[in-house]
This record gives sequence, structure tokens and C-alpha cells, in this order.
Amino acid sequence: MAVTGVPPATVDAQPPRPDESAAVRVPWHRTPENRAILLGIGMFAPAVLFIATLIGVPFVMAFVYAFTDVKVGSITSHYVGLENFRSILQSPSFRKALVNSFIFTITSQVLVIIGATILSTALKDRFRGRGFVRFLILLPWVAPISLGAIGWKWILDSLYSVINWVLVALHFYKPYSAPMWLGEPQLAMASVILVHTWRLLPFSTVIMLAGLTAIPKDIPEAAQVDGAGFWRTLFQITIPMMLPIIMVAVLFGIIFTFTDMTVVYVLTAGGPYDSTQVLPSLAFFTGILAGDLSQGAAISLFLVPIMVAVTYVMLRLAYKSEGA
Amino acid sequence: MAVVETRKLTKVFKEGELGAVNDVNLETREGEFLVFLGPSGSGKTTLLRMIAGLEIPTAGEIRIGGQVVNHLTPRERGIAMVFQSYALYPHLSVYNNIAFPLKAQKVPKQLHKQKVEWASSLLGIGALLQRKPRELSGGERQRVALARAIVREPSVFLLDEPLSNLDAKLRASAREELELFHKRVGTTTIYVTHDQIEAMAMGDRVMVLHKGYMRQLGTPRQVYDTPADTFVATFLGSPPMNLLENGDFIVGFRPEHLLPSELASNPAITFRLKVKVTEYLGAEWILYATVTGGKFDGKEVISRLASAASFAPDQVYDFGVRDADLHFFDRNSEKRTQPKVLAWQ
Repeated sequence: MAVTGVPPATVDAQPPRPDESAAVRVPWHRTPENRAILLGIGMFAPAVLFIATLIGVPFVMAFVYAFTDVKVGSITSHYVGLENFRSILQSPSFRKALVNSFIFTITSQVLVIIGATILSTALKDRFRGRGFVRFLILLPWVAPISLGAIGWKWILDSLYSVINWVLVALHFYKPYSAPMWLGEPQLAMASVILVHTWRLLPFSTVIMLAGLTAIPKDIPEAAQVDGAGFWRTLFQITIPMMLPIIMVAVLFGIIFTFTDMTVVYVLTAGGPYDSTQVLPSLAFFTGILAGDLSQGAAISLFLVPIMVAVTYVMLRLAYKSEGA
Repeated sequence: MAVVETRKLTKVFKEGELGAVNDVNLETREGEFLVFLGPSGSGKTTLLRMIAGLEIPTAGEIRIGGQVVNHLTPRERGIAMVFQSYALYPHLSVYNNIAFPLKAQKVPKQLHKQKVEWASSLLGIGALLQRKPRELSGGERQRVALARAIVREPSVFLLDEPLSNLDAKLRASAREELELFHKRVGTTTIYVTHDQIEAMAMGDRVMVLHKGYMRQLGTPRQVYDTPADTFVATFLGSPPMNLLENGDFIVGFRPEHLLPSELASNPAITFRLKVKVTEYLGAEWILYATVTGGKFDGKEVISRLASAASFAPDQVYDFGVRDADLHFFDRNSEKRTQPKVLAWQ
């Protein structure tokens, strides 16, 4: 009868059981809270270790090297201040690579977004063999990048080019006067951009397909009933609704393009006459192949401000979509 | 001329399977409020989507304003549709949502503002024009969807369960608003619902659908008072009509017509009922009972009464149904037939 009206007994109010607490001494790492903390640390550790050793350390080293005169194989190095930056800013190769990096990134991203919009729209609806077509489109992304690029090197080869063979067979060109895809500055740039676009297209298509399927079916149907045709629905309804996900595709694309040198390296090695040289390839050629570590580091540091800006926009987007 | 007409309209989604809509013949009357009523899977939404042009019929004809529109796209049909989800364009303001059909149908730009203001004032959403759909409540969204539908002054309104996303309280007031709205604009309206109360309350006529077949088309009074078959008889009314098999016939009577014998004067049939449970619903009582003795011994029946306070469970009482309240259906076809004189004991 005394139970009613009495607040529930708190833990402290329970009679102490000295025998139990004394006998079962739980080690520090066995208590539930501490086990969770340890598990958390354990799960995070590989990722942290990976990023710290493979990204963090080289980044710090690049930062330090950029202010010294270190070379491959040198034992000592001296602080030289901004000398490396002054010298690369005066180098025509560097200026060319900087401009090329922007041309390469912007042009290929524009092409990728247009292509991915078309492909994702076409692949959204069910049709016979859709699965197979999706698989084919994904192939360039799944295949090793160097393999794909070497394939393209043959397709664009000066002697054995399949494209040229077709063009000659169709009488667009006389034999031996067909275009040198990788040998003429303008054509080489166009080739590099096209191959990179080919490579990035599947990734953006998949992202945009996900965005498209997230739009409720009712909405394009409502637009149809409201009198909108295909183009109006696409430009005024579908694309604006997909804008956040298109942004994600573009930002990833920028990162993959601006920091990537594989296609350039395999196809043209930056040539002819630096006409396809981009910042990452120039940094590699200068710092590793030519052995001038400090200058290579200084060149690669020019990527940082652009990457920081892109990352900032990406994080904001992610934050926004989490908040919504 | 009928605004919307269908002739033998059929939709089969998968060859060899039962059609979602089968042989539906329908003619709307100018300015009427027609309700498609049926349980889920009855084909009512498919029928509406075929009229809208969002679904291609397998067979049959659709006419709007006398013209066959089977091959026309939705935009060429001059119809407006409100979706169950409202399908507002999330990235556009309320103003631009309502103006979208005007832009799409190339209405001269100088008329847009005036028309949007007209439509929004008709629905009382003039103050919300700058908001985005996500900043609106369910009821407000529904009104925006209606404004977007009315703004181009369509010849037909198609509404697909527009109240089903609202909570119960809002639904009643939205229903009333929709009725007033229809009275004011007078546009022929086709309304799809699975809710018989909505259908009865709003419809000038109700079309009852079941498994893709039209079971009955008539005024709410007709479908309730003279159901065409046993499906309509049991689908409309809550609790459903009592059905008893008697010879070659099925005899039905509504729960509100099964009355204690002192209230049923001159009953055509009388039953001795053993009360199982009584439910108090505020304005009325529902009484579940079992027939004892006679031809229908053991059958369960339901009665709906103004008061059942005096009935105790497991006690036996006399109940009766008047002659005029009996419905007769053929036992094989389950279709309504003429009243018969049958042996009851």
C-alpha cells in the first residue's frame, strides 16, 4: 500500500551488494561504453591510416619540397623561399599546362553532362535489352583505365588508325594525307578530351540515372497533361529537379579530370610541343621523370586552391541535402 | 454532346491476363460530377488515366467533345488532371506552378498574371503565390493542384483520389470545398475514389467498378437503394447489406431495415435473433446477431439501430424486415431481379 505515490526507486537507492562488485571486476576495455569507443576507433583506424600515409604525408612533403631545392637523389636541401614558384610562373610550359588544364576540364565536363543527360533519359524507360545496353555503357568505367587508353592510342595511331582507314575507304581523305590525330596540336587536344569524356561518361550517366529515377512518375505525367512537350518537360521540369545531382556529377567530374593525367600520359605524353600538357602531367614529368622534385611539388600545389574550392562546394551541397 | 464518352474501352496490361478495364461504356453529362467508385485494383484509376491519355487503351474508343481522341497526346485533349500526390513541381513557386500550363499551352504572356490571380483567388491561395510547394500544408497543396488544373479552363477535370493524402478532419472540409468549387466553375468532373462516403456525398452520378467491369452507373440514391448486383449491394453501405440465399434467389436487406418487430410494421419476414455483440458508435448502434430456428438457422446478420441499449448478449429477440426493404438477386448471375414471393420458414 505504501507503493502508490512513492517515486520509483533509483539505482542509488538499491541496497549495495559489496560481494558482487568486488568479485566481478570488469576490466576497463570490457565495459559497454568503452567497448563501443574501442570498436569505433578500430573501425576508423584503417581509413585514417590510409589517408594519413598515402595522402597526408605526400601532401605535407610536397608543401615542404616546394620551398626547397631538393632533387631526386640529393642528400641535402636548402630553403629557397618562393624561388620555385617564381621560376615555374615564368616557364611557358607551365602557363600552357595551366590553360590546357582548364580547357581539358571544362570542355570534357560540358560534353560529359550533355552526353549523360541524353543517355540517362534514354535508359530510364524500359525496353528490350536495356540491361545489356546499360552494361555496355558502363564498360569504359569498369575497364582498367590504361587498357582503354591504349586501345584509343591504336584507334588514333598515325599509321594504323581505324578511323583513318574508314575515312580513306569512304574517300574523305587520300591515303597518307589523313589527319594525325595525336600529332597535330589542336587534334591532339580534341582527342585527349574525347577519350577522357568517353571514360567519364558512364559514371555521370549512372549518377544521373539515379537522380532521374528519384523523380516521382507523377510529375512528368502532370507536365504532360498540363500541355508540356518533351523538350519543355526536360528543360523546365526534369533537369531543374535533377540539378543537385547534376552538380554532384559535375564536381566529381572536375576532380577526376583536373587531377588526372592517365589519358594524357598514355596518348600523347603531353605533346606535341606541350599542346596537351596539363598540370598533373607536367608535375609528374618535371618532378619524377626529370628529377626536379621541388619544382614538381610547386606545380602540383597549384592544384590545391581549385580542389579546395570544389570540395567546399561539394560539402555545402552534401550538407544542404542532409538538412532538407 | 457528351463531354467524355467511352465505347467498349478495354485495357489489358499483360496478354492473357484479366483486363484492368473491360468493355466500359460511359457517357458523361455536361457539367456533372461523376464518381468512379471501386475497391483498389478495380480499374478506376486505369480508366481515368486512359481518358487523360497517360495510358493507351488495348481496345475501344474514347471521345472527348464528340471527337475520337485515342491517338491524341494528353496535351491535345484539353483536359486537366489532379493527381493523388498532387504532383506539384517542387522547384517552382506556387505562382509558377499555376502558370505552367499557360506557358506550356502558349497562352499570351500578358494574360498569365490575370489568370493565375483568378485561379488562386477562386481557391483562396492568393497569399501563397511566392511560396514553394514544400512550404505548404497538405490542404494548401491540394488547392494549388486544383488551381493549376482550373487555370487553363479545361473541358474536363479528372481527379484521382485527391483527398486520400489528407487527414480525416481536413478531408471532410476539403470535400465540402471541392463540392462548392464544382458548383462555382461547373466544369464536367470525373472523380476517382475508393471511399463510398466521398462518392455518395459528392457525386451527381456514381459508377461502381469491380475487377475492371462497370457494375452500375446511377445517382447515389439509385446505387444505394437499388443496387444492380450483390457486389454493389455489399460494397456500398457500412455495415454491408445482409444477404440470405433462398431457393434460386439471394435476398438482401440493409442493416438499418432489420428492426425489432415492434418497430417494423407488417414485416415480410421475421427472425428470431440471438444477440452476439452490440457496438455503441455514438449516433447509432450496430448489433451483430445469429438467426435461431427456421430456414436460416445459424446465419449471421447485422442490424443498425438508433439505440440497442435494451438488447443483452445471448438473449433472443424478434426482428423483422418490411416488404419494400427487400432486394432480390438471381442466385447464379447475382444480378438484381424483380421481387418474388418466397417461402421463408
